[in-house]
Amino acid sequence: MSKYKYSFYPGCSSERKASASNYMVSVGSMCKKLDIELNEIPDWNCCGASIGYAEGGELPRHVMNARNIALSEKHNRGQDIVASCAACWLGTKETSDRLSASEQLLADTKDVLEEAGLNVDLKNETPIRHMVEALIEDVGYEELEAPVTRPLDNIKFAGYVGCQTNRPFGIDGESYENPMYLDKMVETVGGEAVTDYEKKVTCCGGALAFSEPEKSQEQIKDIVESAYDQGADMIVTPCPVCQLNVEIYQEHINRKFGTKFSMPVTYYSQLLTVSYGGSAREAGLDGNIIKARKLEEIASK
Amino acid sequence: MNDNNTAMIDKYRNSFLREVEDNVEQGEWVKMCMQCGVCSGSCPFGPHWEHPPQELFMMIRAGKRDAVLGTESMWMCTSCYNCVVRCPREIPITHIMHGLANYAHRLGLAPKVNPTRRFAKIFWDNISKNGRVNETSLSIKLYFMDGYSAGVKRAVEMANTGLGMFRTKRLNPLALISYKGIENPKQLQSMLKKAREIEGRRKGYPG
Repeated sequence: MSKYKYSFYPGCSSERKASASNYMVSVGSMCKKLDIELNEIPDWNCCGASIGYAEGGELPRHVMNARNIALSEKHNRGQDIVASCAACWLGTKETSDRLSASEQLLADTKDVLEEAGLNVDLKNETPIRHMVEALIEDVGYEELEAPVTRPLDNIKFAGYVGCQTNRPFGIDGESYENPMYLDKMVETVGGEAVTDYEKKVTCCGGALAFSEPEKSQEQIKDIVESAYDQGADMIVTPCPVCQLNVEIYQEHINRKFGTKFSMPVTYYSQLLTVSYGGSAREAGLDGNIIKARKLEEIASK
Repeated sequence: MNDNNTAMIDKYRNSFLREVEDNVEQGEWVKMCMQCGVCSGSCPFGPHWEHPPQELFMMIRAGKRDAVLGTESMWMCTSCYNCVVRCPREIPITHIMHGLANYAHRLGLAPKVNPTRRFAKIFWDNISKNGRVNETSLSIKLYFMDGYSAGVKRAVEMANTGLGMFRTKRLNPLALISYKGIENPKQLQSMLKKAREIEGRRKGYPG
């Protein structure tokens, strides 16, 4: 029996050969080391993301998330839902809150699920949590430190928390303007956290990086520049969209502004995996387009 | 004119605030705004809004229906929730912006050319089809949404990025031909259709 057990919602970007497939690989390795059992919600669907609002409206969006909650309650009964993606977490938690607040919305949602022939009984009693919450609140920093065999010495990390892991729900006990948990995680595994990273909670543009690329790239430029200003070797983030946007648009920004950005953008789960003795492959480092050399070096030791 | 729009004009006449309260997600909060402007100053895309949120709230109260529903402003919302956590009155501003955009879109008043409006539709169609995001077809549809030649230009711009994604196994070109998604997408599609019908009925959309 594993020490910790969750109903896991990986989300679309974590699928095989999708944009955050390497996040998924590292989350899997990290959880194995920490004795965390992840039971994937069978046949989960997309959360609707943020951008779903325009065409999806309210009820259809909530129905998407309610389906996942109901499937989790049916197949992984009694287990908290844990999402590794910020948008998945936010969307699911928001739906859960709204359904709790409105009897009509809950009744409508149940009707829709039932009429579609989905054989579930939506109770909406399951806590919806982010992977980071499970790590900090259930496992705890002390236990996160215990498996460290290769501390991330001499690497300086700019902890880029971004938006949706931080707002509107955030992590209990942390501030919205300067949350500290990511820096603490970095230090827990022996890395050095940049203390004055002023773009820590700045928006990367989110989905608008696709529809309004120029406006978003202005944001991303600041996020990367600030990491360089603080002497960071790499950025670390808990969000798949932040990771994607901040990594892949650096070359576009270089072309446009004549900058020479080449700042690796990693996931917290990659840091933990490497520090716990995992290989580069187990940490999904082969999935980084801008190679995180310093982490690779430690992983190859 | 779109039937939904005609129906709402008939129903609400000159009370746009009430129309927003009844039909826009979290719209009942609009009257709580005290015009401090923290939301506008906190927005990452702030300079790109023709009318920042606090201005939109005042315009709603002043009955500026066409100007509010026809602006590109709320389409600039990146869903970063900075305004929400900073608002001294804890108004769910992000949701109201989403709600206004959705409402304008349903009434056929949202700017046709706005790229985020069009991308949002492509995205929703994408997830409705398979129950999950098919990132490959999403990207291609987005690049080509302004037609063939603009699409080729954008695809060329993104070619190296795509190659990087492919090499690191974060992009699957074969998903263009076959993508699996959830087990029974038809069931999900009927759920979404039903949900849209119920929502339309509750809000009184004829179309």
